[in-house]
Amino acid sequence: MGLLDIKNVSKRFGGLKALSDVNLSIAEGTVHAIIGPNGAGKSTLLNVLVGKLIPDTGSVMFDGQSVLGRAPHEINQMGISRVFQTPEIFGDLSVLENVLIPCFARRDGPFRMHAFETVTNETEMVEMAEQMLGDVHMLEKRKMQASALSRGDKRRLEMAMCLVQQPKLLLLDEPTAGMARADTNNTIDLLKEIKATRPITMAIIEHDMHVVFSLAERITVLAQGTPLVEDIPAKIKGHPKVMEAYLGTAEV
Amino acid sequence: MFGLTKKDTLLLIVVAILTMAAPFLLNPFPSGSAMAQFNAGYPDLMQRFVIYGLFAIGFNLLFGLTGYLSFGHAAFLGVGSYSAVWMFKLLSMNVIPAIILSVIVAALFSLLIGFISLRRSGIYFSILTLAFAQMSFNLAYSVLTPITNGETGLQITLDDPRILGVSRTESGGIPVTNLFGAEMRSTYEMHVGSWLFQFNTGYYLCAVLMLLGFYLSIRIFRSPFGMMLRAVKSNQNRLRYTGLNTKPYTLAAFVISGMYAGLAGGLLACMDPLAGAERMQWTASGEVVLMTILGGAGTLLGPVLGAGFIKYFENIFSKINDTILHQWFSALPDGLEDAMVFLVHPFIGKGWSLTLGITFMLVVIFLPGGLIEGGQRIGRLFRRRTAKPAPDSAPSSTPAE
Repeated sequence: MGLLDIKNVSKRFGGLKALSDVNLSIAEGTVHAIIGPNGAGKSTLLNVLVGKLIPDTGSVMFDGQSVLGRAPHEINQMGISRVFQTPEIFGDLSVLENVLIPCFARRDGPFRMHAFETVTNETEMVEMAEQMLGDVHMLEKRKMQASALSRGDKRRLEMAMCLVQQPKLLLLDEPTAGMARADTNNTIDLLKEIKATRPITMAIIEHDMHVVFSLAERITVLAQGTPLVEDIPAKIKGHPKVMEAYLGTAEV
Repeated sequence: MFGLTKKDTLLLIVVAILTMAAPFLLNPFPSGSAMAQFNAGYPDLMQRFVIYGLFAIGFNLLFGLTGYLSFGHAAFLGVGSYSAVWMFKLLSMNVIPAIILSVIVAALFSLLIGFISLRRSGIYFSILTLAFAQMSFNLAYSVLTPITNGETGLQITLDDPRILGVSRTESGGIPVTNLFGAEMRSTYEMHVGSWLFQFNTGYYLCAVLMLLGFYLSIRIFRSPFGMMLRAVKSNQNRLRYTGLNTKPYTLAAFVISGMYAGLAGGLLACMDPLAGAERMQWTASGEVVLMTILGGAGTLLGPVLGAGFIKYFENIFSKINDTILHQWFSALPDGLEDAMVFLVHPFIGKGWSLTLGITFMLVVIFLPGGLIEGGQRIGRLFRRRTAKPAPDSAPSSTPAE
């Protein structure tokens, strides 16, 4: 049994079968990529994982608990952090505050009326956030307003916000979409560094094969709502079924 | 000091000194002089400054931090006033129970309205709060007449069954509101040369409570709770995916600001034990929005400045009439004098709101951060001038305080 177990999940939108009988297991400590051509059901699957969509049938278990129908903050408190396609950060706040908020969320739970403490007096939290910013090489930018950061730095900051919570599972939704090659490579390096320094499970949903093959330890290929193959990257490359899904026919 | 940083403590002390010395500062012109009409240092107006300052501080905790624009805060002000007057009628003319009840009732009322309105955000939230406030206003005017005394307004009468205290004084009059015997209306007058300074008990009670409210608002701004509220304004989606439930945060902010409004309403009733439904009308809700934006939403001092600015306009500009204008321009030749009076006329007296409207538009267009931003720009101009010899010592820009 893996950290995340998706069993017999199906989802229809009217006449369209977005997901049909998906079975997928993500083992603890691996980097698992989910790839597939447009319309394969990647986004639907992701929305099921974060509780946004409830599937018609099947179950999604994370760490022994069902995630279905839970609010986003509950899913996060279970240990799943999410990186969005376009970086979602608190633009009006300083970089340090951006990282402090997940620190407080981790310590105090979904709500606490801590109106009489002072943020700057919470040395433990501030140290934790600064340490994390140091790890992603952004410590010197801690006083900057987050919206003034470059796109690459915004992505870095978002990763820091997710990682400082020490999640059991990090979900990455096309982390390099719309990025220039240099930024993409920076992100890959950052993710490799993260993977090397801490025990973390990652699920990457990605278009870019370059990213997938430089990071993933296991790959699931999704096509027309069903997992086609699941294997190590070396075997996915040139797999006839994958070729067929991406290029149309196997005879080509 | 008091758990504040040096800078915030300094700010609090400066505000405290300014409010305590207000009877002097707001009366710069000797009485009897032509400029005396610009004096604002009389009890009634000074009380309004601090009470509406308090109202705006509370409103800013909701609007300035979370970005939720409530158009119904006057409802809490009105509820606070009614509760306070009822306390005077039934319990005692002491202001303490009245103030306590007005805050509690406003808290419960805002909990109910907030719980329902916060199901939506943005314009829908604003409309919901507006609808609730207008419902309260209309109910107070009609169906709830037994509680609110309808159009006449709730007031103290000669036969109120006051449990702790007398229904009427020995001389047969209505007893006055007091704080353990110190009457709210009592004013000590100090004559210095041709100046008249008035020190009013009621004003000082309001001023102390306003300072307390200001202190609490600084604490909230600097707390993790305040940081979460700013995060709500910035990106609710990210906040949810960071494991925080945004609902209780916004509701708490709504109730806290409702309590500030209730306190302000209670204080209005303490200064003048009369509560009318018009206090809940949408224009009153709009006024606090204007105050906060004019002063600078999301800043500590802005709302207080905005409240002072608007109340000054309302009370001073509205008093200037054509006779006074003729006096001002009497030095000009006859035809020109009439022309000047004709030109200025729409902006004064009953037209004061036109002046206010134009000022508001200019501020929103040229100083989106409000009067506080104007002050910061001037401050930066001076600092740049003094820092010119050593350009690298220029202070790094800090986010708006």
